[in-house]
Amino acid sequence: MTNGFTARAFLLLPLLAFSCSSEQAAPSAMMVKLCDNETTAPIPQGRPLTREDAQRLSNELMQKWAAKNPGRDWCADEKEAHALVPPADNSELVGKNPQGQGYGDVTDRDVREWSRETEKMVLMGSKIFHSGDLLGSQIKVSCDMCHPHAANTHPETYPKFQVQMGQTVLLRDMINWCIEHPVRGNVLPADDPKMRALEAYIYAQRKGQPLNYGRR
Amino acid sequence: MKKIPFLKTLHHRSVETKYMEDRAAVLGALKDASRRDFLKLSGAALGAALGAGVSLDGYARSFQPITLAAPRGTEPFRIAYISDSHLYAKEVNDRFVRSLLRAVDDVNRMDPQPDFVVYGGDLAQLGQKEELDLGAQILKALKAPVRMMVGEHDWYLDLGGRWRELFGEDRYSFDHKGVHFVVLNSVVEKDFWTARGLSPMERMQTVAGLDNGKQSPFTVGDAQREWLKKDLEKVAPNTPLVVFSHSPLYKLYRKWNFWTDDAEEVQAILSKFDQVVVVHGHTHQVLTNRIGNIHFHGLLSTAWPWPYAPEGLPELTVEMGRPNPFDPSDGCGDGIIRVHPDGLVDKVYNLWNRNPLTVSRSYTSSSGREDRPQAPGLRRF
Repeated sequence: MTNGFTARAFLLLPLLAFSCSSEQAAPSAMMVKLCDNETTAPIPQGRPLTREDAQRLSNELMQKWAAKNPGRDWCADEKEAHALVPPADNSELVGKNPQGQGYGDVTDRDVREWSRETEKMVLMGSKIFHSGDLLGSQIKVSCDMCHPHAANTHPETYPKFQVQMGQTVLLRDMINWCIEHPVRGNVLPADDPKMRALEAYIYAQRKGQPLNYGRR
Repeated sequence: MKKIPFLKTLHHRSVETKYMEDRAAVLGALKDASRRDFLKLSGAALGAALGAGVSLDGYARSFQPITLAAPRGTEPFRIAYISDSHLYAKEVNDRFVRSLLRAVDDVNRMDPQPDFVVYGGDLAQLGQKEELDLGAQILKALKAPVRMMVGEHDWYLDLGGRWRELFGEDRYSFDHKGVHFVVLNSVVEKDFWTARGLSPMERMQTVAGLDNGKQSPFTVGDAQREWLKKDLEKVAPNTPLVVFSHSPLYKLYRKWNFWTDDAEEVQAILSKFDQVVVVHGHTHQVLTNRIGNIHFHGLLSTAWPWPYAPEGLPELTVEMGRPNPFDPSDGCGDGIIRVHPDGLVDKVYNLWNRNPLTVSRSYTSSSGREDRPQAPGLRRF
């Protein structure tokens, strides 16, 4: 008859097998899995974990993930290639509670996250702007061929009566016209994430320009 | 000595008539002269005019034949130019191919034909063999001889491998009708790709992005500046000199590589000449500049126009106006360079779908005071 411990181990076995995935670990090893539901690393057994153990485990998981994801630094890469105009600096709000929020004052981390998330959308726009493939161009033309750094796009003049189209349009309509004709790509629905990102990038590059809707 | 017409029986002639007759006498004789006889001729023409009865008393001579110390250009001539076609394989992008065919058509329809055609660089878009081969094949249809200049889009996939097979050396010089021509590879970039571990195509795509900040600025480079110095040693300072270069050989806007990093050093080498003309590609727009003795002229692209840079635009430049995206080929084109015996040029921008724009030599030599070109406004149709 097996003793109580082994019986419990056998009970745990299906659970351990479930979480082990492809790792062929010994039945007594415990694995921790990353939020991508794939990457795992073994937890040291037989002693209480120290902070160093935990940090090492975390590093190991991140290294394994990084090795599987070579494009992970795309934001930094895009910034280096295409010189983003930075978003507004909100750091003077740190320590304040400008809108009387219930959850507390603005912190450094808040300011960093807002800035990073804003940049992420704009950088995605930059990526699409500079890539004929992402625009779906059949002739390998990208927006930056006529608009390096989004020059000459004049987003601050929209909405305006676009003479050549015979109607009043928004920036996104002009973007779609360009995608359809010079780029010969797939026209995007107005709420498509790609369209939103492209608009974000074009507006970002014109930071500081006064709005002047209707200008020819 | 040729009998000079007009100077005969009229006793009462206006000042203008006398002036035109003097002028015809001298220029008519000069036209027939060989370079060797030039010096003799200026004296002889004066003598002939005197001999034909033009009086020196009574009115101040309106112009004089001048004696020059050394030979210059023999006669004016025309060069055509086509530039920056950025070809993909024809199955990939037909539009750029059709644009280049249109330019070749424009040049072939010139009557009389130009002395030669200069190609301003960026024949291919990504430097691939099929792109360069396609470009070479299309340019073969030109009736006039072609002189090739390399651009960064031709170079950075295989660092000139296929270019040299097709077109020969990337830098060379030649003489034509008394004018010394130099063709440079002015898109030399310091190695930015090895440290980043880029593949050849990744390197090419980085360089292909005008606004891609990972690449290095264009230079002529130490070795090539040495070559240039040696080549120009034997050339007399009053010889007309024209330099073909892809990058502008001055510093306009660094972020788009409208820039040559060693521009000052190159300009110093050129400083010994009375006047120099630089004709450059890369900028895809009407661009005019003058720095000291050097007159700079940009070339149009057949493929697409660049916008004007937010800063650094030379004062002399009369802008071509914002291209209308709804008008195909607006802001693109080809053109003609009229080279005069003194080495200065009239630069004709043949903008497709617009009236042509001419930047004359009197405009650049007067630093913009005379003969300002008319900005292309309304289209001609």
